[in-house]
Amino acid sequence: MIGGGYAADVGALARKDLLLELRAKETLPSMLLFVIAALTIFHFALPHGTSHAAALGLLWAALIFTALLGLTRAFVAEREQGMFDALVLAPCDRSAIWLGKALAVLAFLVAAEVVALPAFAAFFSGLDGRTVAAVALADVGIATVGTLFGAMAVAGRARELLLPLLFLPMAIPIVVGGVGGYLWFLALYDAIFAVLSWAAFEYVVSET
Amino acid sequence: MIRARGLAKRYGDRRVFAGIDLDLAAGGFLLVTGPNGSGKTTLLRVLAGLAAQTAGELRLPERRLVGYLGHEPLVYRELSPLENLTLFGRLYRIPERAERVGMLLERFGLWDVRHERVSTFSRGMQQRLGLSRVLLHEPSLLVLDEPYNALDRQGAELLDGVFEEHVFGEPRTWVVATHEPQRVERLATERLAFA
Repeated sequence: MIGGGYAADVGALARKDLLLELRAKETLPSMLLFVIAALTIFHFALPHGTSHAAALGLLWAALIFTALLGLTRAFVAEREQGMFDALVLAPCDRSAIWLGKALAVLAFLVAAEVVALPAFAAFFSGLDGRTVAAVALADVGIATVGTLFGAMAVAGRARELLLPLLFLPMAIPIVVGGVGGYLWFLALYDAIFAVLSWAAFEYVVSET
Repeated sequence: MIRARGLAKRYGDRRVFAGIDLDLAAGGFLLVTGPNGSGKTTLLRVLAGLAAQTAGELRLPERRLVGYLGHEPLVYRELSPLENLTLFGRLYRIPERAERVGMLLERFGLWDVRHERVSTFSRGMQQRLGLSRVLLHEPSLLVLDEPYNALDRQGAELLDGVFEEHVFGEPRTWVVATHEPQRVERLATERLAFA
């Protein structure tokens, strides 16, 4: 069921998430505060004269944990208000629910990084275009995989534990690709896991 | 509409229900009663297609024909009634969406507050919106879990009217669990009492 109707469903669901955040103002401010605080701590924790590579590694650590914070909040409305029941009964393709949510998560990540990257450049040794491109590619992978795991964690009892346990191991290749500046590797990761997450979401939201 | 044979559900070692046989024809009304924790909600989730049975056979209509109201009204609290119904109208591909949404908001007394956030509503008003959402796509099978929950007298009478209209007007099929069986007893064609 991929077509204009599918795109409109995805658009409506993503718009809904952005509207919810615009009104609740819970996720993005938390992400911004966290990433700026983390970069500030790293700035003072690192000894003077630390290499650019070491600082870059800490930037990636900060971005991954900021993303995790956002992902933890991604399905709060669905969990607390039981909205998965209403959404999965709708006749739209269930992958549209995943894609709409992933787009909203991607928007939050980009918004957080619009502040975080200049802050990193100011605290440490500047940023090159390759790092910015790597962060952009990493965002796609984080949003696709993280949204799938976020939905899985919602169904579990120990959801606060489950999401980091599922997401962080899957984020290791993103950090490897990001720190190394391997753009092709990040693009490949995005493509593979976007397809897998898109196909798997149907089974994640089907209760057995 | 619904046909079940030997329907059973377990969560691990805990048996929720077992051996349920059911034939509910189009236009039928299944009244489900029983104390809290007896398995009513789980059965309704299975009959709505939201949970799978662990044993037995079950035939249900396709999911676009099902309307489900659970213990929660299943609406986004930070959206307005208009935004909620428009979103679900979009997902259900309802033609002439604006007219249908407007009609339901009028009918359930929510038109004047259609732009206000649901989080500012009383639980009864949220339940009215939940009922509007359930009826939005004119489902053939309606599965309602404690639909009178939190409704005031006016809201309960409104729901009585919805039952009467659909049961005697259009061929809707109902599965209703309630602690107030006296309100719908006369409409029931099938009964299931949990101990």
